[in-house]
Amino acid sequence: MPEPALATNHGPAALAAGSILYLDGVSVSFDGFKALNTLSLVIAPGEMRTIIGPNGAGKTTMMDVITGKTRPDEGAVLFDGSVDLTKLDEAAIANLGIGRKFQKPTVFENLTVFENLELALKGPRRTFAVLLASLTGAQRDRIDALLATIRLTERAQALAGALSHGQKQWLEIGMLLAQEPRFLMLDEPVAGMTDAETEQTADLLREIARDRSVLVVEHDMEFVRALGCKVTVLHEGSVLAEGSLATVQANERVIEVYLGR
Amino acid sequence: MGPITRRLASLEKGRGWTVFLILTAAFAVGVPLLNAFAPADSALHVPTWVVQLMGKYLCYALLALALDLVWGFAGVLSLGHGAFFALGGYAMGMYLMRGIGDRSVYGNADLPDFMVFLNWKELPWYWWGFDQFWFAALMVVLVPGALAFVFGWLAFRSRITGVYLSIITQAMTYALMLAFFRNEMGFGGNNGLTDFKEILGFDMTADATKVGLYVATVLFLAASYLLCRFIVTSRLGRVLLALRDAESRVRFLGHSVTGAKLFAFTVSAMIAGIAGALYVPQVGIINPSEFSPANSIEVAIWTAVGGRGTLFGPILGALTVNGAKSFFTGVAPEIWLFFLGALFVVVTLFLPKGLLGLAATVKGLRRPTLPTPDTQPSGEKTHA
Amino acid sequence: MPRRPSFKLLLALALTAMIGAVLLVSAAAPARAADAAAFEAAVTALDQKSFGDKAKAVDALAALGDARTPQVLRALSAGQLVRHKETGRILIAAGGTLTDAATGEAVGPADGAPLAKIVANNQIRTQIEAALGAFLLFSENPAERITAARQVLGNPTPEAAPALVRALDAETDAGAREALTRALAAVQLLGGGTAAERLAAVETLSDTNDPALKALLTTAAANDPDAAVREAAGDAVKAIDTRMAVLEVGQNLIFGLSAGSILLLAAIGLAITFGVMGVINMAHGEMLMLGAYTTFVVQEVFRATLPPSVFGLYLVVAIPAAFVVTGAVGVAMERGIIRFLYGRPLETLLATWGISLILQQAVRSLFGATNREVANPEWMSGSLELLGLSLTANRIVIILFAFAVLGGLAAFLRWSSMGLNMRAVTQNRRMASAMGIPTGRVDALTFGLGSGIAGVAGVAISQVANVSPNLGQGYIVDSFMVVVFGGVGSLWGALAGAFSLGVVNKFLEPMAGAMLGKILVLVFIILFIQKRPRGLFALRGRAFEN
Repeated sequence: MPEPALATNHGPAALAAGSILYLDGVSVSFDGFKALNTLSLVIAPGEMRTIIGPNGAGKTTMMDVITGKTRPDEGAVLFDGSVDLTKLDEAAIANLGIGRKFQKPTVFENLTVFENLELALKGPRRTFAVLLASLTGAQRDRIDALLATIRLTERAQALAGALSHGQKQWLEIGMLLAQEPRFLMLDEPVAGMTDAETEQTADLLREIARDRSVLVVEHDMEFVRALGCKVTVLHEGSVLAEGSLATVQANERVIEVYLGR
Repeated sequence: MGPITRRLASLEKGRGWTVFLILTAAFAVGVPLLNAFAPADSALHVPTWVVQLMGKYLCYALLALALDLVWGFAGVLSLGHGAFFALGGYAMGMYLMRGIGDRSVYGNADLPDFMVFLNWKELPWYWWGFDQFWFAALMVVLVPGALAFVFGWLAFRSRITGVYLSIITQAMTYALMLAFFRNEMGFGGNNGLTDFKEILGFDMTADATKVGLYVATVLFLAASYLLCRFIVTSRLGRVLLALRDAESRVRFLGHSVTGAKLFAFTVSAMIAGIAGALYVPQVGIINPSEFSPANSIEVAIWTAVGGRGTLFGPILGALTVNGAKSFFTGVAPEIWLFFLGALFVVVTLFLPKGLLGLAATVKGLRRPTLPTPDTQPSGEKTHA
Repeated sequence: MPRRPSFKLLLALALTAMIGAVLLVSAAAPARAADAAAFEAAVTALDQKSFGDKAKAVDALAALGDARTPQVLRALSAGQLVRHKETGRILIAAGGTLTDAATGEAVGPADGAPLAKIVANNQIRTQIEAALGAFLLFSENPAERITAARQVLGNPTPEAAPALVRALDAETDAGAREALTRALAAVQLLGGGTAAERLAAVETLSDTNDPALKALLTTAAANDPDAAVREAAGDAVKAIDTRMAVLEVGQNLIFGLSAGSILLLAAIGLAITFGVMGVINMAHGEMLMLGAYTTFVVQEVFRATLPPSVFGLYLVVAIPAAFVVTGAVGVAMERGIIRFLYGRPLETLLATWGISLILQQAVRSLFGATNREVANPEWMSGSLELLGLSLTANRIVIILFAFAVLGGLAAFLRWSSMGLNMRAVTQNRRMASAMGIPTGRVDALTFGLGSGIAGVAGVAISQVANVSPNLGQGYIVDSFMVVVFGGVGSLWGALAGAFSLGVVNKFLEPMAGAMLGKILVLVFIILFIQKRPRGLFALRGRAFEN
């Protein structure tokens, strides 16, 4: 929830108030190469946003910065209007309620589907608490519900490594849901999926987006169209255009970047 | 059943408990009985020297078990576990040294011989308290534990993983070896600590003491095994397995990778310390060569030979490899290193899952050969 | 009764000897002939019962200053002076033959001759030493004069001053002049000179590095009756201290660079196998060991088959030989074992450790467990002085060699097509493969290159360390530390890592002792990689993070 008291202040905090995610002037460089160049982006609570852009536009680096994997050289990254994400590590950021799905599905292949979800389940994360934790009835019900959502009830006791590619993608989405994040980032969630799977995934995401903010990085224009939300185009580490898919597709510069001169 | 008993019962499946109890009883009770009561000329008689040798091997098994907890489960290949073993051994050695009293060559009741030899006038502060067994016993776990905690905190916090971690743990044990070689350190330098007389008032040369130490080793091994089972069947155990395969994913789920690794590393170091403490009175000496990096690497091969990530495998591996070592060094010592070297190569190339994996393959069992914990802890099943 | 040797006595000796020598040098030939009889009489006089009389006879002989005086006195000191019981002639018995002490003519074999030894005691030996010293100040050989002057410098006494002054007056050789000037300065400072002379002496001696002379100056700074001398001596001592401190830093730096160059040689190979290929080769130390043993074998072949005149060239042959031998072992390892373990670094570590055990035992079985002796060739022994620093030739050669190997390798990777292939495979294996680069062969050759360089490093190590089957074990931890500290995959990192570790270690050694120094360095590295987990020369970016 945004804090109304902050809305009257000036500076970044004032601008950030009311947003779930606020990036301002964020730059990251690797050996002289500017992966992000004074990138600014604001996402409102409950909003679903798609990020598109050619390779090397800075999409993955942007998510690395938001999740604490990479520290920006400069710029502000605020969650919930006030929490400075540049000061926190990945685990702390995850526990704030920011979930991330990687491009390549990463599930724990040597654990069962059930165990994968169990580890993701929101709950105490302190080492000794985890050591002594046992599953309550409510948690078990929650996992069963999630299994149903991601259509993996049948395979609950199978090793995650034995799942098909699409099933791994869903399991990973299920794990994100188990975290009960307030803000979810998905990196090419339909890469490598069949058409039917892609469609089902789009349904799943729209359902998810009903009670949380979602940011999707995608290449597949059909899928972006299916999501039907605001689109931001990244190019060379900063925002090139923003608006509905139709608007940005009509944008001269976007065409130039995508099609080349 | 209460939740605690239920959790304890869930450490092993039914058959696992049977095997565990039979093995523990056979080693802890059967062997001493055969040693004491079987007639000396019978095939069943276990001579005391064999009991002593078994005690030594079981200390190695305990060390391999400790390594398996961090390597097999958390994917942290420590090449410095010999250091924790040796530190536990030194802590015990210091107690035994103080126990010599005025029976030493120089007959100084207050100072060990090597200090008299160095012309030291009084006991250094870090030797205080080691005349008490309880204090020494505490140090056996606390010193390796503290070192592991500090070292691990530094290493895991800055995300040193994989071979980097292996290399700096190796550097750690190497540095300690150099340090303990120094006479000025006050741990007997080159010669280490030896010439012990008694432990807890029992004469160390007596057969009964030797058998007693062996039994203690069996019991500590059994208890440590159960402790490790407790850890790996807990949710933390699943976190460890998860981070072994996809560390950054675990972070994005909000789990503390540093905390989980640090916990396993510290517990593992403590177990290694206990192994060292049991080892020293049974072999009668501890010296800096126990810190040598080669020793620590050898532990890794015991673990790999048995099958890492299984807890039981490393115990089997330590006994097998050391049995082979005793055999070869007796028959043809120059062949031993060829054999050991080839073992390293063969196991990594052809037996990535070790002897247990091989057995599973041979028997065609459908048990998962990957180091997977039980699919469902039975404690959770009661809710279903 | 023998008296205690006194400075007065020594002075007398020095004076007489000096006078004798001056006479000797300036006298004409007929005068010498006339002296021959006197000399013979003085030699005969050495045969005395009492040591007191013998001491006087030594004085007298020294005073004559004959050219044969030193020889006779040395023989007496060494217990080789004898009297023939039948002829009564004084002879020198050395090497089984007899020579007449006075004339130097050969008399015959010592065996069976009835001889009585003329014994000297320690007091007489000391006396002879001093007499010879003073005598030598006027020797015809400049080198002997310099030695004599240095002897006085090493043990200055005020009584030696007059002799030095005269010797200096007659001196023409520049080197000998300098040595005499310094000796005189020391003697004058000790009390043999006026205030002005002492002040000048302080000036002369202020450039010394000799602790004994520094002690002399320190004494002067505290006790000299003249305030100006005290002050000047005090300043001189301070200047010496500063200079010595700088020299020590320089010396440590050289030693550090020398140790660092060995580390660098050991680590360059690792920088390739570990840094470029990501393979932990625990048998890397054994590659060094094999290189050293190859050197040993080449040396033995040279000894057995070639004339000694070309023996010094064996190292030149050993370098390519070691490269080929260890390179071949490396390629065999890569093809036979390591290529099956790519992507499993911990397993690679264990398998290569196994190989290292096998190689060690194989060498032990072939060559025995004891150290093998590898000789420094002529051109690598000796040393040279530079700005007051003494540098041994083998250290310098190894430092230069390390740089040459590093430079050669950098050039190879940068400009050769093989080097290009290696860099391509390292950076993007799939793409390289798609472009038709045979990645398998490149892997094998890269590993062979790293191993071969380790073998070459082994040649250098054989020149400074014991060659034994365990040779490699001593380097493995250190060279890994270099690579980790410097930054994986960077030759410059290996360079910086090796030299900084080598130098830091040498500077810590005098403060903390060799072992503690090493421990501190290890602890430092463990702490350092907290801050820079990827080492000094870290590659940063997304591609390197996983």
